[in-house]
Amino acid sequence: MTNELPEDPLAGMKIAITGGTSGLGLALVRELISRGAEVAFVARGRERVERIAHGNKGTHGIVGDVSIKEDIHPIAIQIVGALGGLDVLVNNASDLGPVPLELLGDTPCEDLERAFATNVLGPFRLTKALLGALASSAREGHGGVVVNVSSDAALTPYPRWGAYGTSKAALHHLSQIWDAELGGDGIRFVSFDPGDMDTPLHALAVPDADTSELKRPEMAARELADVIAGVLSGRRRDGCAQDEALKESPYDGSQVAHSSSRGREVAGR
Amino acid sequence: MMAARWPIHRPADAKLLVVDRQGKIQHWLRSKFIDLLRPGDLVIANDAATLPASLAGQHRQSGRPIEVRLAGRQSLSANDFGRFSAVVFGEGDFRLRTEDRPLPPILAVGDALELGPLHAKVENVLHHPRLVSLSFDGSPDEILEGLSRHGRPIQYSHVPTPLALWDVWTSIAAPPVAFEPPSAGFVLDWQALASMRAQAVQFATITHAAGISSTGDPELDALLPFDEPYKIPESTALAIRRTRDRHRRIVAIGTTVVRALEHSAGVDGTVRAGENVATQRLSAASTLRIVDAILTGTHEPGSSHYELLRAFTDALTLFRASQELDTHGYHTHEFGDSVFIERDEEREGRSNNEADEQAGGAPVLASQQA
Repeated sequence: MTNELPEDPLAGMKIAITGGTSGLGLALVRELISRGAEVAFVARGRERVERIAHGNKGTHGIVGDVSIKEDIHPIAIQIVGALGGLDVLVNNASDLGPVPLELLGDTPCEDLERAFATNVLGPFRLTKALLGALASSAREGHGGVVVNVSSDAALTPYPRWGAYGTSKAALHHLSQIWDAELGGDGIRFVSFDPGDMDTPLHALAVPDADTSELKRPEMAARELADVIAGVLSGRRRDGCAQDEALKESPYDGSQVAHSSSRGREVAGR
Repeated sequence: MMAARWPIHRPADAKLLVVDRQGKIQHWLRSKFIDLLRPGDLVIANDAATLPASLAGQHRQSGRPIEVRLAGRQSLSANDFGRFSAVVFGEGDFRLRTEDRPLPPILAVGDALELGPLHAKVENVLHHPRLVSLSFDGSPDEILEGLSRHGRPIQYSHVPTPLALWDVWTSIAAPPVAFEPPSAGFVLDWQALASMRAQAVQFATITHAAGISSTGDPELDALLPFDEPYKIPESTALAIRRTRDRHRRIVAIGTTVVRALEHSAGVDGTVRAGENVATQRLSAASTLRIVDAILTGTHEPGSSHYELLRAFTDALTLFRASQELDTHGYHTHEFGDSVFIERDEEREGRSNNEADEQAGGAPVLASQQA
């Protein structure tokens, strides 16, 4: 460890992003490449995956659906195989629930199940399949960070956002419990709320929104990348992640939590 | 021993046969294995994830069905993902014992194999009609996708239901480079790692591309294990150095860890970080320079894994252990019970005085010769 500030802590990091062909995910793919990371991204549609992989040289596009149990290990193999390891996982792929939004009493069970499959079970399964790679990265002092993309709907019970809100609340809690359990293994979990963005998902939820009022996904992507960089540079200051000192590290999630106008990281601890 | 038939990683009643440095044998519940460890011990596991390395398809020239089992690679590099050694079977699948599997059609250099979305060419036939080297068409990403979608875990007939990838991945599985699971690692879960930490037992990993364990063909089995690439991370090399300086024990989870560490130390006794290819076979004649104890499966006499155990202890002790495994109803194979064997005190690969003192007690008569 030197005293000099290193280059962007994202440079050379091996990062995987789900839902990487639109909205925040796509903006994040581009942001991370521009900052020197090695990126693999996952999405369902082959045509879009191939187009975006082609248009962003050096990225690895992976076709898969995180809501499907049988897709998880093939996705994990391709992520770790292509990148040769994994330092950071961003669980970004999200399902809104019923479109248009409905009161919970009117929400078809299948829509709730799909929202949970994509927003909770998918991130749970994929993270679980990748814990070994993330722990290995942490032991080497590189990374070991999982970002779960959350929402203010995870904390505030907005009417008509029931499927999305309950599933994001579960994901938020998942992040916190995992962060508490795996800190000793050097893996950090971050629950990140990007705010209301001008994305396809938001357009489905609020078709008549004034998009000029919404945050650009590129801005949220930059904030999210900064949060990851903050966790990574905290990791480097602390040295080996297995070191007990990590627990009392000067970096604490709450210190990078942003004001409500910016991306909000809700720290696990 | 009976084969374990169900793909359960940590059955509550899994057994552990313990052989200490004096050759004394005890029976433990495997879930208690952490109690065998001492503060300062370094436990090292293989973090290779298992590829779905069984590929069903057909031999284009004859049109006949085949099963290709990928068996080895020359490096772990993500860019060099397309050339494999492979064992080829004729018609049938895992439900037929490998010993009974028909030979594949006669394979010649240049022959094309159509394996679902994957296309491979026979580059070489390696001294046996089943053993070939293959090169796959496509970019590394395309081959990875085809493998991960079309491949199935390599499986043997003792497990009756088809295995899924989650059945063969250890909790710590990371880079997908193993062809069969480094199954000793099934003993580990995240609770075990936390418990070790609480007892000041250190944990580290290596990555070793565990190859195929059995082909059903005595001539081929005699060649096992094939060469296996491995990688030792910086943090692991450092932890080994510190552990040895402090005269604490290095405990390997599985034979692949022993093979990699001892290969790396083969030059001058030092384990170096980086990638290499393990080519050696460990046996009674081998001196262990690094590993003090191994936790592994219940290997049967005659297998290369059993031969490796002879580097830890003498033939008579292993014979007694095998008898105990039989009489106490231990299960064998990848989902079976386990053994924990300390390198016996007659086989000091290195100066280890402090560890000797810690072990305590006068050595039991340990002069058995087979």
